Amino acid sequence: MDDIRVEQLTKKFGDFTAVDRLSFAVPSGELFGLLGPNGAGKTTTINMLATLLKPTSGSAEVAGFDVTAKRDDVRRSIGIVFQEPALDSQLTGRENLEFHAMMYGMGREDRRKRIDEVLGLVELTEKARVQVQNYSGGMKRRLEIARGLIHHPKVLFLDEPTLGLDAQTRRHIWDYIKKLNRDKGVTIILTTHYMEEADFLCGRVAIMDHGTFAALDTPEKLKDVLGGDVVSLEVEGNIGALEAEFRTLDWIKKAKLHEGIFSLTMERGDRRIPELVSVAQKAGVAVNSVNLRKPSLEDVFLYFTGKTIREHEASQADRNRAMMMVHRPRRGR
Amino acid sequence: MINLTAVYVLWRREMKRYFRAKSRILGSLAVPFFFLAFLGLGFSRMAVPGVTKDVQYIKYLVPGIIGMSLLFQSIFAGLSVLWDREFGFLKEIMVAPVSRVSIVLGRIAGGMTAALIQGLLVMIVSLFVGFRIRGVPELLLGLVFMVLISTSFIGLGLLFASRMKDMQGYSIIMNFVVFPLFFLSGALYPLENLPAWLRVLSRLDPLTYGVDGLRGSLLGISSLGIPLNLLVMSAISALMVFLGAWSFERSESA
Repeated sequence: MDDIRVEQLTKKFGDFTAVDRLSFAVPSGELFGLLGPNGAGKTTTINMLATLLKPTSGSAEVAGFDVTAKRDDVRRSIGIVFQEPALDSQLTGRENLEFHAMMYGMGREDRRKRIDEVLGLVELTEKARVQVQNYSGGMKRRLEIARGLIHHPKVLFLDEPTLGLDAQTRRHIWDYIKKLNRDKGVTIILTTHYMEEADFLCGRVAIMDHGTFAALDTPEKLKDVLGGDVVSLEVEGNIGALEAEFRTLDWIKKAKLHEGIFSLTMERGDRRIPELVSVAQKAGVAVNSVNLRKPSLEDVFLYFTGKTIREHEASQADRNRAMMMVHRPRRGR
Repeated sequence: MINLTAVYVLWRREMKRYFRAKSRILGSLAVPFFFLAFLGLGFSRMAVPGVTKDVQYIKYLVPGIIGMSLLFQSIFAGLSVLWDREFGFLKEIMVAPVSRVSIVLGRIAGGMTAALIQGLLVMIVSLFVGFRIRGVPELLLGLVFMVLISTSFIGLGLLFASRMKDMQGYSIIMNFVVFPLFFLSGALYPLENLPAWLRVLSRLDPLTYGVDGLRGSLLGISSLGIPLNLLVMSAISALMVFLGAWSFERSESA
């Protein structure tokens, strides 16, 4: 069964199209990633799925409920962790969770048990009675993840869950997310502009740019589009003979020679290295070093959008600045 | 449609926040106190036309200052949606599976309770400057007016809050809405003293009826009569709550 089904979903803010005729489906239990630069339309998409924004056109179903016609059913079925903290900092951690549980209509006993449970899950039991204004960024994020889980949602939305956190805390939160998805079978939709995050966590990744998907597949398959791994061989001796030899091997997709180093593109490079070395030895060439590089999602992103994500961010900033001069600034979230 | 648990949770949150901000309570008592002390004592020897000799000006002032506290507290409560938007908590409220009406009612209930506590605290403070409570029925009638005043202006605050995206318009509202409402209401002086054209304006100010009603119940002096005050305030409070809820519901929350 699909937990998310999106048909031609569109959101316009005035003349600006933030999300442009998006269609996709996410099966139950998947960890699905939306990868893209700031301003690509990820958060707008999530907000529409979470009933916070009305779609301009198109339709979307979450957990089997239409996001415009069955808003309360959708709300009951989802948990969401927003990009910016959405906690009441004057309440304690526990009070924030209590507020949430009561808003979702949970009974007293059920509430107490469940709050203890989720606090334990994110290791905040000790800090439950501390006002949130005294929490660190990582603790706030963990509390929000805990809150998103209280009412047993079928689908959990995580909007940039590790934005602005240090490497250690990020790793920690990744572990929680993975565990949740694996052990509890929660369907997770995650937005991120960190390549390694999408790569590490997601079963499938959609590369989003200018409100549409440039590509959608598993991280491995996306990387395979680039033709596989890159093996670099640093060689010495009769290089010309070796190059001729390489041309006869059909599993080498690309061979480039640059200053005594071959860069060879192939699938499953790790399994081909022994063969490559023996081919070189037969040709009478000494191999000084071997290096295997897997293409990263960064390479994939570059391939599909023609820019690295950082270049995107820079041009987006320019575009925003230009827009601010023309229009009044508006919050497009 | 109305989810009582949600109303209760939202009310409880407002209460927790109210009692946790002790310095804010103290601060919001300071202004009424200074008004009472400086205006009340400063004008105590002056004959204010319309204020009879046996009612001292400072006593005359007390219901007006209670009305002022309620006005500020209530508008602020309505506008507190903007703070929640600013700090992100509004989203947490808006994705919850409860009707928007429950959310509005919870806010009004919380804001109203805070405003009532505020009004009663001002009343207690004014006991020290000579104000006396006439009796239980009069006090209860006064409480009715306090409820009506606070719901009216929470509604107004919500109406503004759903039209604004951030706190930028806050000072405009304070300067061009709240202060004129306050000065035109007769909280500080009898409206009979105003020139005719201003008197017309003051008759359009809801707080005029609220303050006059408070004065009528707490002091026994009323220029418009308690029934009229009660009627006008009830109508306005119902209208404002409706308008506030309606525009809050229509505003996009994300």
